Amino acid sequence: MDIVLHNEVPSKGEREAVDAVLGPPESSWESGEPLSERDRHVARGGHAARARRHLLLPTLHAVQSRAGWISRGALNYICRRLTIPPAEAYGVATFYALFSLEPQPPVVAHICTDVACMPSGSGELCAGLERLIGPEGQHAANGQAIWHESPCLGMCERAPAALVTVAGEEPHEHAVAPADAEGIASLLAGGEVGPAPPPSIPQAGQPGLRLLRRVGKVDPGSIDSYRAHGGYEGLRAAFDMGQARVLREVSDSKLVGRGGAAFPTGRKWEAVAANPRQPHYLICNADESEPGTFKDRVLLEHDPFFIIESMTIGGYATGAEHGYLYLRGEYPVAWERLVAAITEARARGFLGQNILGMGVSFDIELRKGAGAYICGEETALFNSIEGYRGEPRNKPPFPVDSGLFDMPTVINNVETLINVPGILVEGGQSYATIGKENSTGTRLFCLSGRIARPGLYEAPFGITLRELLEMGGGVLDGRPLRTIMLGGAAGRFVTPDELDLELTFEATRKAGTSMGSGVVMVVDDTVDMPAILMRIAAFFRDESCGQCVPCRVGTVRQEEALARLVNGRPRGSVEQEYALLDEITASMRDASICGLGQTAADAIESALRKLDLFETGGQR
Amino acid sequence: MFGAGGGTSSYQEVQDTDVILLWGSNAREAHPIFFHHVLKAVHSGARLYVIDPRRTTSAEWADTWLGLNVGSDVALSNGMAREIIQSGLHNREFIQRATKGFEAYAASVEPYTLERVETLTGVPADVIKDVAHTYARADRAQICWTLGITEHHNAVDNVLGLINLGLLTGHVGQYGSGLNPLRGQNNVQGGGDMGAIPNRLPGFQDIEKDHEARAKFERAWGVKIKPKYGWHMTEMFEAMERGELSTLFVLGENPVQSDADAHHVKKLLDGLDHIVVQDIFRTATAELADVVLPASASWCEAEGCVTNSERRVQRVRAALKPPGNARDDTRILVDLAARLGHDWEYGSHEDIWNELRSLAPNHAGMSYARMEELGGIHWPCWDEDHPGEQFLHGRLWQEPRDGPAAPFHAIEDSPPVEKLSDEYPLRLTTGRRLDSFNTGVQTGGYASPLRRSEELEMSVADAEELGVSDGDRVRISSVRGHVVAPVRINPSLRPGLTFMTLHFPDEVATNLLTINATDPKSGTAEFKATAIRVDPVGPGEPEETAAAAVPASQPGD
Repeated sequence: MDIVLHNEVPSKGEREAVDAVLGPPESSWESGEPLSERDRHVARGGHAARARRHLLLPTLHAVQSRAGWISRGALNYICRRLTIPPAEAYGVATFYALFSLEPQPPVVAHICTDVACMPSGSGELCAGLERLIGPEGQHAANGQAIWHESPCLGMCERAPAALVTVAGEEPHEHAVAPADAEGIASLLAGGEVGPAPPPSIPQAGQPGLRLLRRVGKVDPGSIDSYRAHGGYEGLRAAFDMGQARVLREVSDSKLVGRGGAAFPTGRKWEAVAANPRQPHYLICNADESEPGTFKDRVLLEHDPFFIIESMTIGGYATGAEHGYLYLRGEYPVAWERLVAAITEARARGFLGQNILGMGVSFDIELRKGAGAYICGEETALFNSIEGYRGEPRNKPPFPVDSGLFDMPTVINNVETLINVPGILVEGGQSYATIGKENSTGTRLFCLSGRIARPGLYEAPFGITLRELLEMGGGVLDGRPLRTIMLGGAAGRFVTPDELDLELTFEATRKAGTSMGSGVVMVVDDTVDMPAILMRIAAFFRDESCGQCVPCRVGTVRQEEALARLVNGRPRGSVEQEYALLDEITASMRDASICGLGQTAADAIESALRKLDLFETGGQR
Repeated sequence: MFGAGGGTSSYQEVQDTDVILLWGSNAREAHPIFFHHVLKAVHSGARLYVIDPRRTTSAEWADTWLGLNVGSDVALSNGMAREIIQSGLHNREFIQRATKGFEAYAASVEPYTLERVETLTGVPADVIKDVAHTYARADRAQICWTLGITEHHNAVDNVLGLINLGLLTGHVGQYGSGLNPLRGQNNVQGGGDMGAIPNRLPGFQDIEKDHEARAKFERAWGVKIKPKYGWHMTEMFEAMERGELSTLFVLGENPVQSDADAHHVKKLLDGLDHIVVQDIFRTATAELADVVLPASASWCEAEGCVTNSERRVQRVRAALKPPGNARDDTRILVDLAARLGHDWEYGSHEDIWNELRSLAPNHAGMSYARMEELGGIHWPCWDEDHPGEQFLHGRLWQEPRDGPAAPFHAIEDSPPVEKLSDEYPLRLTTGRRLDSFNTGVQTGGYASPLRRSEELEMSVADAEELGVSDGDRVRISSVRGHVVAPVRINPSLRPGLTFMTLHFPDEVATNLLTINATDPKSGTAEFKATAIRVDPVGPGEPEETAAAAVPASQPGD
């Protein structure tokens, strides 16, 4: 502890924002006002105060959205309320891109300049904004607005994308895609935004959809609409068959995690269910931040009860009564709809105590990220929820033994979890017949870039890239395919001669690539490929949490070497730069403690190896 | 306690306990190593109560801080006891089996109702009730204390009040429960254990009452030992005043700066015939000495053993040669004895230790070899097969009980000797900071980024009333003298309470202010409760430190 506070005090609004999350202060020790008669002789704190550390992130959000930035006075007050040393709170606040520790106008536009928006006009959008309202990062509109470039906002199917946040007493946020400079400029000047477009589900209405079957058909605001479309059949089945059988069906289904590591979900659940330490936690990882990925957003916006039901089944099966859904901070619509859906599920007895009268308790706490890609890493996400910097932990111990609050924890992503209700309805063995070998079930693919019909697609494992491209209508305007970014920025580039690759975990692994989060970003001959690679390098340099050296230094060195190549000024020869990059890649892959550093070179390495980007003296 | 003279519990037990009352102790700063053990307990779920007039950095870690009025500790412990008895939470089995005097004690605490204790201590009744119930209900509980308990005119009563609570609830003599005074130096415990207290021979054997032990020492040493308690330090000063003590041999102490009412101490020392100081630094006391014997630093330049707060005796080895003419303390004493006509020649430090083992039964089993093998041994360790006792007084739980019953002591609240008045309206309490140690003799030579010079810490409200702000210099006066120091506003201090340390005696001689009202039983002065007044020093006003015109006639003399 040893909390030494400086003297700045919060404004009335900042104080209200903090108190709205934490409740009114219980003593003058907390409020910072002159000591009351009682408080001269008593102070409460200790475990009770420290146990509220996890409220740090929501409190920072509250101040940011009220004041537009987090002042020293506000931070001071938060530290006093939560008994957190100011240096630590500062460390947490500065960790997240969406928090500003410098004065900032109330209206902020975040313009996606990431890989999926680049081929679709993000450059023109930025140029337009510069012309209309001024350069990036400079206060405009009489100091009331500002715009920033942003990493992927997860609206790749409608690129280019923008997110406008408006701080104040009634803060609000607008996701805008496709965005144009005039529209953003008018929003920054206080204009209104049009209605949200319908979901981009080109397969809508087709038979055979399992995960997307309700998207676009169900009213996301109505639990009755959800139930009328087959909702809560999975939970009913789970209660009917009992906890042990749920675990068995999930194991039998051979369901594996869709986040990239492909770990068997059944084994994870069984380990937590069998762990004698209590309480258990279940977390849905919806911190979808992999560039090119937008599946969680579509599902949570348009079928929010699906994840609530799936998490409830997971909690029941693993003995967890407390669930967290960690949503990335850039999804305002999904956030609003989840808040409403959770409220309605509680009101209707589908969450809370004694669900469906079965004596089962489970509830979900929503948590909002604040712009940090690394928080999608499971242990970083635990730290983020707990109110610490979102830095990954060493493993082991693994989350099933020691996860959130050091307790046994199941953490799955959205796509993995929503497979479960269907598995229970039709049976695990039946589910296991879908797809191929050990890649069972269906997979969601996020098609973006230069493709005719971008959007979210569902297909059984085993579909080839060629078939997937055809489903998406082929390359936009019939132009020649140059490459596909498969699996996101942490994935790899594949070339037209690899189109017959079967999309299963086994086949992609064998081909030295990965499906990652299901990103299929199409690149044709109009795309500036070196610029894409530079954006990827900048992304990882920016998003490295800096905790371990190979990644902190490696991502910077990678970007520098790539910049020299792109600028045509290699140090020594191109081959020497390639050799240097190989070394950096090996160091990051071997010595980083988490997946970010381990995969930060994959995409760039594959592009350099497969695409003839830079003149070399000979065979590489 | 109960005749053992040491804390009852090991550090491991403090880590494994359920409730900790840290009473009159800012261990976070003054006993930082021990506090790590407290924090381990806290991190594994133990509830921490800190009882201290100031909300210290230790208190910031507490589940509850009880900010009692300075010197109201007995009122609080009696009030807790009454509440425990009233609620039927006292441990009848233990009281019946292991203690005596319960009925009288219960009657003595009866007047200490929650309402009255709230008035005496300032701590709200509901909070007293909470701590009483939590302590009594705990499966394991520790009370740990330091100078906030003992630097009072009624120090022994304060300690007895805490021991009473341990006996009342049975939180003693079992793994994880105990009563622990924290020692301020690595070997305070060892000093007492080796007989460096006026009433005991080595091994805590009573010099007056234990005739057998005395005879044993007489045989071993070939001299007669007077069956008479010696003087503790305060009594020595009194003897100086009476002219009965004319020669002083000071080893590793700096009374000129560390003792209360420093003017008085210096005057007394000036009047002595002869002073010898044996120390590793040239202290302010050494400046007054006729002979200075430079000693070796015991942690790195000497051979021997030290005993820590958990009664663990550990070996110390010399890693360096002492500089210049400095010599091992033992060597100096042996040579001095030789000049006085006694042959104390030992073959080695181990020989001295083995003699101690043969005379002090509670150290008998601690050979150098065993200490090395086991990484130190807790006393008592009766023979070479005995593992040493992790906690004391397990005997109290034996059926039938082994040894005498542990007595309750009826004690009464006795507020600080020096009352606040219109002339001296503020309470000054003293203490330590993390970066400095006592009078700074051992720490002043090292830089610390945390260290500030001496300051008078005061509350926001008092500073406002005086019209002073951070850094303003003020004159701080007590009946005995005044000093000048800058102000530092501390928002966690309540109005009426001020705080200073004794770390910078050369710049600000805090102990010019403090009262030497001492506890008749322990000889400790009431450093924790002085009545002062604070006046801004105007520009151009003289700042010199001075004694009041009439320094004599103090209430506690």
